[in-house]
Amino acid sequence: MLLNKSIKQLAELLQAKKISSVDLVLESLSRIEKLNPQINSFIKVKEKKELLKIAERLDQSRNKDSSVLHGIPFSLKDAYITRDLQTTAASKILHGFTPKFNATVYQKLIDANSILIGKNNMDAWGHGASNENSDYGAVKNPWDLSRVAGGSSGGSAASIASHMVSFAIGEDTGGSIRNPASFCNISGLKVTYGRVSRYGAIAYASSLDTIGPMAKSVEDLSFILEAIAGKDQLDASSSQQKVDQYSKFLGQDIKNKIIGLPEEFLATSIDPEIKMAIEKAAQELEKLGAKIIPISIPTAKKAISIYYLIAASETSSNLARYDSVRYGQGRSLFSDENCRRIILGTYALSAGYADKLYKNAQKARTLLIQEYEAAFKKCDVLLAPVAPILPTKLGELINNPLQNMLADLYTVTINIVGVPSLAIPAGFSKNKLPIGLQLIGKKFHEGELLQLGYAYQQVTTWHQQPASILKHAK
Amino acid sequence: MLNKSDNYQLVCGLEIHAELKTKSKMFCGCKNDPFSASTPNIYTCPVCLGMPGGLPVANKKAIEWTIKLGLALGCKINLFSKFDRKHYFYPDLPKGYQISQYDLPFCYEGKIDTSFGPVRITRIHLEEDTGKLLHKKIDGQEVSLIDFNRSSVPLIEIVSEPDIKSGEMAKEYAKNLRAIIKYLDIADCDMDQGGMRLEANISLTTNPNKLPAYKVEVKNINSFRFVEQAIAFEMKRQQEILEAGETPAQETRGFNPNTGKTFSQRSKEDAADYRYFPDPDLPPFRFTQAQIEAWRSELPELPAAIVKRWQEKFGIEPRYAQVLFKSKTKAALLDELWTLAKEQAPKLANLLANKKIKLGKTALATWNDFQKANTTEQIDTSELEKVIAQVLASNAEAVTRYQGGQTQLLNFFLGQTMKALGKKVDVKQVLEHLSLALS
Repeated sequence: MLLNKSIKQLAELLQAKKISSVDLVLESLSRIEKLNPQINSFIKVKEKKELLKIAERLDQSRNKDSSVLHGIPFSLKDAYITRDLQTTAASKILHGFTPKFNATVYQKLIDANSILIGKNNMDAWGHGASNENSDYGAVKNPWDLSRVAGGSSGGSAASIASHMVSFAIGEDTGGSIRNPASFCNISGLKVTYGRVSRYGAIAYASSLDTIGPMAKSVEDLSFILEAIAGKDQLDASSSQQKVDQYSKFLGQDIKNKIIGLPEEFLATSIDPEIKMAIEKAAQELEKLGAKIIPISIPTAKKAISIYYLIAASETSSNLARYDSVRYGQGRSLFSDENCRRIILGTYALSAGYADKLYKNAQKARTLLIQEYEAAFKKCDVLLAPVAPILPTKLGELINNPLQNMLADLYTVTINIVGVPSLAIPAGFSKNKLPIGLQLIGKKFHEGELLQLGYAYQQVTTWHQQPASILKHAK
Repeated sequence: MLNKSDNYQLVCGLEIHAELKTKSKMFCGCKNDPFSASTPNIYTCPVCLGMPGGLPVANKKAIEWTIKLGLALGCKINLFSKFDRKHYFYPDLPKGYQISQYDLPFCYEGKIDTSFGPVRITRIHLEEDTGKLLHKKIDGQEVSLIDFNRSSVPLIEIVSEPDIKSGEMAKEYAKNLRAIIKYLDIADCDMDQGGMRLEANISLTTNPNKLPAYKVEVKNINSFRFVEQAIAFEMKRQQEILEAGETPAQETRGFNPNTGKTFSQRSKEDAADYRYFPDPDLPPFRFTQAQIEAWRSELPELPAAIVKRWQEKFGIEPRYAQVLFKSKTKAALLDELWTLAKEQAPKLANLLANKKIKLGKTALATWNDFQKANTTEQIDTSELEKVIAQVLASNAEAVTRYQGGQTQLLNFFLGQTMKALGKKVDVKQVLEHLSLALS
């Protein structure tokens, strides 16, 4: 068993020639073969022959200067464009679509010599928080197969939790990295808007979409972020801001860091077990020298309305290109959830309604940005739960679209504001379901979040717990 | 009460599109050369094909040129501007929306002068062109083909106020605008190929102080002559409706150049709701006044200013000046030439405009040609008198007729004398001596 190890450990073993990338690929493929029929986290897995050829080549080319990601197997959410490899965004509308170019994030990982194993299942077009809205079937939670993996990057989270790959790239528009990371007990980073290029990411809501890493630990995340962050000439919204050497932040002490606890994120609707876990995490961070202060972000209460007006408006525009003229499949294949958001967005942008809906949402967005700025004058980071609920039973949310939206309650404000947020495991419920916390930072302060998250993971073992499916598999 | 036909006054504004001739397209690095492309769909990429994951990046040159045109037309410039998405479904629009500008165009409130009066410019905005549809019959099947070479080519739209009062005025406004665009060297404005396209908003009113309650938009006009024709046709059509006591329908009409008639395309009820909103893929632009002033200082002297200066400084008639230069380089050459010619400049301009002499490669060469054509050789008086005597002697009968009163024969003698001289001499001098010899 190798894929339970950290990226750093694997890189050291590879450098010492104690293991090979061929070993990693074989383990990855055998685990996918064994577990994917139960989990359904992959839409497409690359050919074994091709993967072994790549692994052999990378084993030969490895040298002292090789990147830490050299020869490490990973997977991509199927929202990323991959040359000569089917890309669907989990919608049948793109079934059989084989692109002729690469997303920048994928190209950067190839350049770092990582090995793409396959494409992960997701909620179609990113529409969902449970990964049940996929045209390729729901993803099941490796901790409890009767429950959802979270969404929309559920396939990526479940693949990491069940050790099918070392890491994955997810996409977070309203919580789509953090929610499944929390449901599957892995670590995920929603980056600052503009930190990682969106070129080649199939757009859900362009002003909210962010591309980020998902892995087993904060340490792993820092190595991946170093490889994928930075300005891209192909994405006008990507930032010129210098890319930090994130791994340098790890191990620095967190004494005197001020952590704000927003009261709106611990409101009454939250599951009491989650609330307890967050309070315990706050105590843990206090023990490490951080200071906890109460914070208020009043407009956060309106977050769901703001988010679903902006995201739906933009998605109604972004999905207009799937007009049945191209890609071979008709637009009647849009699912009910897709249609709900397209109709809502079209309505919100229509003459006579745009002022009340889309434009008002934009004004509220500005308010929210100002409230976060005010909060960050008082503290360095914010601590909050990822979701108000534990992983739900399959079918529970999909039959209740409004409840499904509320699962995003604590994650969407971060996308609206554009700041980074790190989701990491923070404990388990009585019936052994994962609970996640998020640390929210100032723009481009990913390093600070990783520093805090790493310190927390040095004194806790939540993130090291293997998913139930792995125990049963033994 | 019926209105008299001559009470109706045209109310007309033009919307003019022109494709900028930047090296690359508006939002991607593809070559911008749709008209010379050897085959369809060769200048394409994920961005201009609207593929999933493609993202637009704005062409800075196109923005600079749009703002420079605005400055040339006396426009104000929005220091904060942005691109918006305009949504509609059409097969030549691969994203399902066109990236355009809605409420904050780069330029607004400018003016173009015509001999009928000024036409105010409402706004100039920048957008992307669409692909091109081709309807063909292949193997007996009617098919529609799409060529994306033109997709996302930078396109400016110049919208005028309804200040145009006649078809002639519309034509002159459009011609002047094209001259300025071409003079700035930012677009070829080839109308046959669609590099420049006109749309006219036409209505009639009996009260020039009040805008009419309806508006007819005529699209697909691809020549200056057609814009005049379309306006004439619409004026007659709308007048007949108004005289019958009705209001013409608010609609979009097409123009058929073969018949010279307009035809209904789309009524108001079908008017699209474009659901404009700021394109989240393109961060908004913030310009500084210093940047705008720097661009203004790079503007060449414009045709209207040149015509005026030439008239004041060299006495050149504007009608000749206007036909003489079509480009910046030509204007510079002519400026040099007038300086050489000094008081001869007006005469030289006349000859050049009437193609009596050709504009050479350099000012000096042209000046030499002019001098050669317009100076006379010196001739000795005694030699001249000798030749005249010979001419008169060999045309004795004509001399008799001349002296009998047929004075028009003087020209005949002049011609004969010039021929006998075999060189270019001052005609006045020859005539003087001829009259003397014949008296």
